[in-house]
Amino acid sequence: MLIAIFCLSGLGLLASLGLGFVAKRFAVEVDPRVEAVERLLHGINCGACGYPSCSQFARAVVEQGVSAVGCVACGEDTAMAIAEVMGVEAVLAEKKVAVVLCKGGRGESATKFSYRGVEDCKAAVIVSGGDKACPYGCLGLGTCKRVCPFDAVVISENGLTVIDTERCTGCGICVKECPKGVIQLVPAGKEVSILCHSTEKGAEVRKKCEVGCIACETCVRVCPFDAIFMEGSLAVLDHERCRVCGLCIVRCPTHTIEGRDRVFPRVEIMADTCSGCGICSMICPVNAIEGEKKEVHQVSGERCVGCLLCIDRCPKEAIRIKAPADSTLGVASQ
Amino acid sequence: MVRLLLLIIGVVLVNNFVLTRFLGICPFLGVSKRTETALGMGMAVIFVMTVASIVTWIIQRAILTPFGIEYLQTVTFILVIASLVQLVEMVIQKMSPVLYQALGIYLPLITTNCAVLGVAVLNIQRDFTFVETAMFGFGASLGFTLALVLFSGLRERIALADVPRVFQGTAIALITAGLLSLAFMGFSGLVK
Repeated sequence: MLIAIFCLSGLGLLASLGLGFVAKRFAVEVDPRVEAVERLLHGINCGACGYPSCSQFARAVVEQGVSAVGCVACGEDTAMAIAEVMGVEAVLAEKKVAVVLCKGGRGESATKFSYRGVEDCKAAVIVSGGDKACPYGCLGLGTCKRVCPFDAVVISENGLTVIDTERCTGCGICVKECPKGVIQLVPAGKEVSILCHSTEKGAEVRKKCEVGCIACETCVRVCPFDAIFMEGSLAVLDHERCRVCGLCIVRCPTHTIEGRDRVFPRVEIMADTCSGCGICSMICPVNAIEGEKKEVHQVSGERCVGCLLCIDRCPKEAIRIKAPADSTLGVASQ
Repeated sequence: MVRLLLLIIGVVLVNNFVLTRFLGICPFLGVSKRTETALGMGMAVIFVMTVASIVTWIIQRAILTPFGIEYLQTVTFILVIASLVQLVEMVIQKMSPVLYQALGIYLPLITTNCAVLGVAVLNIQRDFTFVETAMFGFGASLGFTLALVLFSGLRERIALADVPRVFQGTAIALITAGLLSLAFMGFSGLVK
């Protein structure tokens, strides 16, 4: 009995002494700031920053002075908080979101054959580029959905990938994983996107898909800011120039261009400050402003698309955004 | 020499710890989703199991048997294994940060791996010599790693397959594990 007690407690003592000694002898000093930064990060280890885990990113932030903005997953608040820990000022990067540049679901686009293989885009692509007739189309088998660490990808009933922009952090993992290259990162504030990236001739696109870009160039002509240009047989949007007026959305004959659940604003003219100079009615791309010279002008709520060009140009600053904006362009175009 | 070789083959293929003795099922299901992590876990287990076999054998022969307190075997071995894993973790963290990062969270997980305790107890039950103990521990962990890596490869493929909804997740994993275990039964009789 005594021997047993002595032996066991002796062993325990020995083990704890050994551990204590080793812990002192082999102690690895960790910067307390590393822990502080790590606590602030989301800890989902998405890898979008280029480091394999959040803790390694935290170490890079502290030891190599990497900017906390490198973490795409955490928002502005976290970046600010980390910058505070580090005692530096945060320079914020523009938030981006992923957009699937394809609108042709199972209903709208033609198929070449019936695919019955492994339920994965990467596998489907091996079989002559997937079952869709359009070689650029989204296959909707969910490769991106499986890799998304934020559950921001939804496959619609139509067999099309839809990205929940609320949840999307713009980490770009789906962009890398998509075998079709159909996902693109766009500035979060610029809600308009041309949802087609097929460079085939217009007639070909029309045969394969109801909602593809047929290169009619209407959007190029209609854009008041020259933000859309043609790249071969595809209209491409320059997000730098885009002012999110939504004019192209209304005019696109195939409804290829979409504005992600943005509430497009409407403008109104304040009667007491308007001098009736007529500048606004001249520059309005949709002829939504009418009125006689020297008279108070009126905005037609139906025609206005909310490009806000007139607000910038009005010398009297008599035009303002109507609040609340009551309709979205997406609804208006349908 | 031939005896040692047979001992290793026996414990790796015929009496595989996971697939025949059903020890260490928890990490077998837990970390087998990706081959990469399975390999990391396997390496950590190989290291800890071999060292634990040796240390527990020494303790049994030097302390427990001479004092006639063999009934304390289980509690002593757990104490030894747990502190050993801690020790190894701290030393590796200091000596080789690269290896530490490669093994990652798997090292502390081994503390509660019943396969490690199983090896230590079996060594004593079978009355192995010192060299045999080391070889048995090494072989057992090798078998564990083999099973884990094979299984993770299967699971990676299953993840891409169109599994019926009722079987999705752990259910299909357990069925696969059963089939793998059946396959390993083919080795029975290879070594007496």
